[in-house]
Amino acid sequence: MKLTCLSQGKGFYFPPSHVLDICGFKILIDCPIDLSTLTIFSPVPFDYNQCVEAQISSDGDSPNSSSGSFKRRRVEKYLEVSDLVCAEPWYKTALNWKLTDVSLIDVVLISSPMAMLGLPFLTRIKEASAKIYATEAAAKLGCLMMEDLVSMHAEYRQYYGPAESGVPHWMEELEALSPVLREIVLGKENTNLGHWQSMYSGCQRVHEENSDTEGAIYLSSSSFVSAHAMDFDYHSLQGNDVIIFSDFSYLHGGKVERKSVGHGSLDLSCSAYNEREAQMVPLVDSDEGSEEVDKLAFISSCIVNTVEQGGSAMIPIGQLGVILLLVEQISLSLEALNLKIPIYMISSVAEETLAFTSIIPEWVSKQRQHKLFSGEALFGHIDLVKEKKLHLFSGIWSSEFVTAWQEPCIVFSPHWSLRLGPVIHLLRRWHEDPRSLLVLEGGVDAELALLPFKPVAMKVLQCSFLSGIRVNKIQPLLENLQPKLVLFPKDLESLLASENMNSTPLLYYCENETLRVPRLSDYYEADMETDLAFQLKPKRMRERDAAMARLRGKLEIICGKYFLVSTNSSPDASQNQLLHWGSIDPDLLLAALKRKGIEGYLRKDTEIAEENYLVQVEQPAKAVIDISRTRTVISMTDNTLVANILQAIESVVDSI
Amino acid sequence: MAIDCLVLGAGQEVGKSCVVVSIGGKRIMFDCGMHMGYHDHRRYPDFSLISQSGDFTSAITCIIITHFHLDHVGALPYFTEVCGYNGPIYMTYPTKALAPFMLEDYRKVMVDRRGEQELFTSDDIMECMKKVIPVDLKQTVKVDSELQIRAYYAGHVLGAAMFYAKVGESAMVYTGDYNMTPDRHLGAAQIDRLQLDLLITESTYATTVRDSKYAREREFIKAVHKCVAGGGKVLIPTFALGRAQELCIILDDYWERMNLKVPIYFSAGLTIQANVYYKMLIGWTSQKIKSTYATRNAFDFKHVCSFDRSLINAPGPCVLFATPGMISGGFSLEVFKHWAPSEMNLVTLPGYCVAGTVGHKLMSGKPTRIDIDKGTKIDVRCQIHQLSFSPHTDGRGIMDLVRFLSPKHVILVHGEKPKMALLKGKIHSELGIKCYDPANNETVQVPSTQTLKVNVTKPFVKKQFSEISTHTNGKLECKSTEAWDEKKILSLLQIRDERVAEAILLMEKSKKARVMKEDELLPNLGLKEHKIELGYCFPISVQISSTRFQSNASDTTSWLHELFLKVTIEDEFNSVQEYSDHLKIGSFHACLCPKERCPLRNDELKEGKPAIYVCCTWSLNDEKLAQRVIAFMKGLELGIS
Repeated sequence: MKLTCLSQGKGFYFPPSHVLDICGFKILIDCPIDLSTLTIFSPVPFDYNQCVEAQISSDGDSPNSSSGSFKRRRVEKYLEVSDLVCAEPWYKTALNWKLTDVSLIDVVLISSPMAMLGLPFLTRIKEASAKIYATEAAAKLGCLMMEDLVSMHAEYRQYYGPAESGVPHWMEELEALSPVLREIVLGKENTNLGHWQSMYSGCQRVHEENSDTEGAIYLSSSSFVSAHAMDFDYHSLQGNDVIIFSDFSYLHGGKVERKSVGHGSLDLSCSAYNEREAQMVPLVDSDEGSEEVDKLAFISSCIVNTVEQGGSAMIPIGQLGVILLLVEQISLSLEALNLKIPIYMISSVAEETLAFTSIIPEWVSKQRQHKLFSGEALFGHIDLVKEKKLHLFSGIWSSEFVTAWQEPCIVFSPHWSLRLGPVIHLLRRWHEDPRSLLVLEGGVDAELALLPFKPVAMKVLQCSFLSGIRVNKIQPLLENLQPKLVLFPKDLESLLASENMNSTPLLYYCENETLRVPRLSDYYEADMETDLAFQLKPKRMRERDAAMARLRGKLEIICGKYFLVSTNSSPDASQNQLLHWGSIDPDLLLAALKRKGIEGYLRKDTEIAEENYLVQVEQPAKAVIDISRTRTVISMTDNTLVANILQAIESVVDSI
Repeated sequence: MAIDCLVLGAGQEVGKSCVVVSIGGKRIMFDCGMHMGYHDHRRYPDFSLISQSGDFTSAITCIIITHFHLDHVGALPYFTEVCGYNGPIYMTYPTKALAPFMLEDYRKVMVDRRGEQELFTSDDIMECMKKVIPVDLKQTVKVDSELQIRAYYAGHVLGAAMFYAKVGESAMVYTGDYNMTPDRHLGAAQIDRLQLDLLITESTYATTVRDSKYAREREFIKAVHKCVAGGGKVLIPTFALGRAQELCIILDDYWERMNLKVPIYFSAGLTIQANVYYKMLIGWTSQKIKSTYATRNAFDFKHVCSFDRSLINAPGPCVLFATPGMISGGFSLEVFKHWAPSEMNLVTLPGYCVAGTVGHKLMSGKPTRIDIDKGTKIDVRCQIHQLSFSPHTDGRGIMDLVRFLSPKHVILVHGEKPKMALLKGKIHSELGIKCYDPANNETVQVPSTQTLKVNVTKPFVKKQFSEISTHTNGKLECKSTEAWDEKKILSLLQIRDERVAEAILLMEKSKKARVMKEDELLPNLGLKEHKIELGYCFPISVQISSTRFQSNASDTTSWLHELFLKVTIEDEFNSVQEYSDHLKIGSFHACLCPKERCPLRNDELKEGKPAIYVCCTWSLNDEKLAQRVIAFMKGLELGIS
């Protein structure tokens, strides 16, 4: 088995991506897009005049600027709005499309909705023939996210007109980019542009991809749900229980997402770590849960304070679970204060997404499942919509939106990168209002994200949410799973050092490197039919607590598993030679010979080596047995005597 | 070991489904139903057959409930709360959400209407449901370290599932009730091609073959429409869940299209609350209904409102869904008493009614007068429409499923005895699968696959499959041993080969038994082989010149070479190989004896005759070869030019 880490990811929105090579099958685990790289682009509608003015004024400082001093300015000065790329965005994925032959990928496994946003890039390549597996819920939510992404991206298209053919101009002039942006484009190691792709072309395409995948999805909806036994049964051939930990911890300094592959003995209790569940409602266990509850309560109180003072709150968070909980929390607080402040949710898929969250009871936390069993709606948003406290809009251009709009208000709307979606327009409206509040997620480069909206007078609250598991949970998890080997990101090695991890062997992997995972066992597992087992004639070993038997059967492979079954064919007579081992004690042999009626004595001979013996047989006929450490030779004599001597030898030496 | 199947209910009948299966040392109870037709001890399965001590928790590994119908779940609160079973119970999410409805409805009918002593309370139902572990479709659940179960979509009603259970290599499926064709609100049953020792399937419509149900649905709509158009009232007795929602989707849709204003009522027992569950669980319905979740949830019925007792005799047409189904008592019976005497009205009946219910009486012939109980007689003048679509598979569907799964054995339950016997014969004759139809409280024993887990070494596997590749009867495409790789082996789903695998099974204490090639054994044990051979040292006459008699070392080589030349021209021994100090044929090994007094020598050299001694050893199975070579060599005379 070989593991190649394509990307260690950057938190919730950009999960890690790996390629796993098992027995010649290439499996791509997750295919996300790094949407944080969108910040290098200038949002639309971008006020071009402002940009030109800024450029002129900054150049005005040094009217005789040569190209050299121009470059120095780039390095030394803070980023300017005008530094951003004014073009239709391209998207950066984990996969390097120039280096990867996608036709070789046999299977794609998708672990979360976020992890499938890059799939259309893959499937639009003609040669791609991989089967794609995801849970139904992940596929549905992922599909909604893709639709939303495409519809938000359309705004750029409208602005910039039809796409440029070939490589966009900014990619060809990377030197002109400021170093900060260039690093975002190329990554730290200045690799290349192979990760970049232009947007998939429109909604229709996305739908097509999904209808492609759906057939496969239904087949395997258990693979991640049960946190147990993947549908592909490589286990019988592979025998390795390997867990791959993939980093998730840029934000939390110690929270790591788990992916497990090919584990054979997961206990059900691990389903608590199920990613989706953790995402929907991060109440995984009490201490983590209460921390998250406190965090949500704090955010909610900030938002309510803002609207109390006449400001509006903008929440461009993308984590669906957080949104659902915040909506509930905020509406409770508003109600307690008797405030009639509208909550808006603006997104092309807002209605469908919320409707979907109320029909997947199998995927929510235990507490929420109780709501199913007691006949209540899973989340509060259904009632809030009915009570007209929560308003759903597909965009800000509809007449319903314009008539319903009131300020102050609370808006949930994409996109957290502040480069796509309704959030751009609302920030333009509020950025200079010191009473208003923007809630950003941790991990977003706020400075860069807010650059086009400067000057920013509104309050900005940045907070991170738990996604993935904490380092201190790794050890208990591994104890529970008892894997034979754990693969862990190299740069997190130091994190583990503090934990007591000596019980499990670890291998470390690095981004863009292929790690060979050794076979842990020299054996394959096989099932032996009882029929065959009954035919065996086990023989104990003389000096060890072990037994063995000769086995005659057939080895078959059925559905990837080895079976040893009995056979009717009679044994080959020429193959009846016994295998002997160990040494022969001459005194024991003499005694054994005597029992057979054979008289003999130890003969001394000057010609033979020290550790060897000669047994001289006198009765019933003459014979010599020449015994050394690894060999015994019986001198040829009549057949009956030879047979008797052999039997005597058999009784004092191990054989099979 | 065998699989034991104790049929506690639904054996050669419909009602109180309950089968206890012992498989690989585990004991699973599939369904725990009650019988609607009985009001005495026969209504529940005879649990005493499971455990005489009454310690059911240790006697049973787990309970699996396939769906929320009372004949599958009706006895569960009794078994857990009254009999004291405290182990795990599995059912799907919808079944866990909806079963309490059915149970509570049934309990009310039992207590309120018939005045019987209740066998379990509302609290019992609540407590019982708390013990239930919900499962999702295709989710593999490890009940314990050995027993795995998995649910598959069964159609029939919302949340109905077939269950797969596996212990070691023994595996089985219990279908519960299922439907092989999709209907208005549910999809068709779906299952993987599993390797099964046993399939336990329902057989309600063992011999019926049905055509499309859409025609029958149209008949139903037509009858209802005709009745309300004529100002009549339509009574649809149903149980709270399942059929009610299915028929309601049909009517609501029709009302919408035809712009009808006649009210559709749900009786109190059939609360609109049930629809809240249906809305949340829409993911378990058919693809078509499922896709309505975002726009208008198909269970948001537009034309349905709740019914009030005072409306029974209100004038004007209406449609009323009332519980319980089969008019076995309760509110549906009360309404029936009022509406049955008018020929304007219509009563619909399900395809199957349990004997003893009013529904059953209405179905048998066309009675004009029905005795409800002592002193109550009702004139029946209303029209009767029997719903002929059913959420059960027909006989063809059962055969399709059995053929698809091709289990080693089939057990039929949940059907009528004569029809089951016919189906049993058909499965046996057409599919060649052993089939049984046990009666209640009978046990069927079927053999199961049993295997031992062993480890096999890589060289052993490699040897087996490389041999296939070099023999024509193998199916591998490998060209040579070198081409062998794991992918080739994996890519073939099934490889059967008649070649015999010779190996050694090594069993060491506290280690898994290992199967290996013979030559791997001793290195594995860290031991050295001890060869046992036969030996003989004998003289061969030589003719020599006087100069040559002053022998030296190089002469030995030349004598040996000469011996080789003599031996190799014999056809029988032409496989002889020459080495610097010995000759070899198979395990036969010959060298010029350097010893003065070789222990293997017993022929003494004849005085004065020049000769050399040849010392030979051979292993036991080359005995015959050795004899022939020695005889041949003894007859030689070397050194003759």
